[in-house]
Amino acid sequence: MQQFLENLIPNVMSKPDELLEAIIDTLIMVGIAGAISFVLGLIFGIIITVTKRGGVLENKIIYNILDKAINIFRAVPFIILLTWVLPISRAIVGSGIGVSGAMVPLVFGVVPFFARQIESALAEVSSGVIEAAQAMGLSPLAIIFKVYLKEGIPTIARATTLTAINLIGLTAMAGAVGAGGLGDFAIRYGHNRFQEDVTWVTVIIIVVIVTIVQLIGDLAVKKNTH
Amino acid sequence: MAQIKLEKISKTFRTKRHTVEAVKDVSLEIDKGEIYGIIGFSGAGKSTLVRCINLLERPTAGEVYFDDIKLTSLSASSLRRQRKKIGMIFQQFNLLSSRTVEKNISLPLEGGGRSRAEIDKKVSELLEYVGLSDKAKAYPSQLSGGQKQRVAIARALANDPEVLLCDEATSALDPQTTKSILNLLVKLNRELGITIVVITHEMAVIKKICSRVAVMEHGEVVEEGDVFSVFADPKQQITRDFINTTSNLSEVYELIEQNSPVVQLKSGEKLVKLQYLKAEVSEPLISAVTQKFGVIFNILFSDVEIINGCPLGGTVSILSGENSDEAIEYLKEKGIHAKVIKDAAIS
Repeated sequence: MQQFLENLIPNVMSKPDELLEAIIDTLIMVGIAGAISFVLGLIFGIIITVTKRGGVLENKIIYNILDKAINIFRAVPFIILLTWVLPISRAIVGSGIGVSGAMVPLVFGVVPFFARQIESALAEVSSGVIEAAQAMGLSPLAIIFKVYLKEGIPTIARATTLTAINLIGLTAMAGAVGAGGLGDFAIRYGHNRFQEDVTWVTVIIIVVIVTIVQLIGDLAVKKNTH
Repeated sequence: MAQIKLEKISKTFRTKRHTVEAVKDVSLEIDKGEIYGIIGFSGAGKSTLVRCINLLERPTAGEVYFDDIKLTSLSASSLRRQRKKIGMIFQQFNLLSSRTVEKNISLPLEGGGRSRAEIDKKVSELLEYVGLSDKAKAYPSQLSGGQKQRVAIARALANDPEVLLCDEATSALDPQTTKSILNLLVKLNRELGITIVVITHEMAVIKKICSRVAVMEHGEVVEEGDVFSVFADPKQQITRDFINTTSNLSEVYELIEQNSPVVQLKSGEKLVKLQYLKAEVSEPLISAVTQKFGVIFNILFSDVEIINGCPLGGTVSILSGENSDEAIEYLKEKGIHAKVIKDAAIS
């Protein structure tokens, strides 16, 4: 078996530690940037939903500021965002490169996307149900936590899956600026040194990770749909 | 004393291009313990009007009073406290699909300082009251329309409200289920003394449970009064149209138009429409007239219903006999609205 793999993917088998480290780096970036983005995106998605015209906490000013900010950050291509937010990265995490340096641009790249996903997920909660909750005297906070977030779980799970997969793609791109991880691994060996087997293995690993995320997401949707 | 008082309510919706006056200068008083109906075709503004009662829609102009409290000038949190006294049910039930039946009913009770045990007890009482104790753990998607509306009613009752607003609550249900939901509404009006406001486009609903009715058209209340008087003597064309939807007496006009053999009269016969207008009519008048004047009634249509405990309706029949003119006069004296639709002597 060992022999077989060494023949098939010689360049990967020669640096298993580096591959493992790349996988771990990718998982760390996806995990931490994902967790931060999930919380921030959820908060912004909720704020934009409830401050919208006719929302339970209608507020034109907050809505407009947030709406425009999301549009601006969504308009910037990620590869440009990577260098654009470099000063912010240095200020927050003290470094513009490596795994920690990639965190800030990843969060900036994912949060606006996820906030829009959450907005459309929450828009699927029937307005009649919100109306019923208001009629029974529930406070706006209770409506957010007990109605929007609870009724929205299946669609939020779907949006989270989509965003997580999107994030995996972005981490690979962050590899281009020396963020580490599978993207960096594939570019350094697969692309720059023409070690095609490295590219293949990286692709397969990413496909496996994406598939696992999708399966978990589907399961979460199924468990919460009644 | 009026429990709900709407004073010169107007509601205008503005979009960039259009301005829609959904409700125009409506004033209404709804008394404690009554079942008040608001009827109108879709787009008449009745759903907007009922939402102005609990301020789900804030009126553009006018004031809303509930138990003499001016709701329109309350703070958000005081308004929420008052809303707990005004339950509401909807055409689409609006249950939370992520919660079981019992969790739907407990929703308005959560965070109100009640213990888990108290809430559980209240929920099981409510479930029993609406006859769904066996469905406590079911999700709304597993229920029929009628069951969903029962859950919605139980949820609306959780805070022991004084008023229940019903926005087209039976419009999505079949006739049999509609009947059972209406019976449930009457039951909670009688047993719990809850004031009920019913929004509907079905005259049958008004007829079955309401004591007073307001007829809405183009955002305005065009006719209002106790249901019997409105049915007996409608003033507006739209009210007549609604009444005709629940009565078959007007079918005779279609028969005449089609020249049906049923309404072909022989010489000396008259086609007459008799309508009871007064609440006290209870004598067997047709039998009495038949004996007294020796005339014969051949009844084609008959539609008599008991509204608020009084018979209302009438018959369309072919009257024959020598003394038929005297018979008609006699009926008129007795307070019957008698109208000769077709007379073979002159036609």
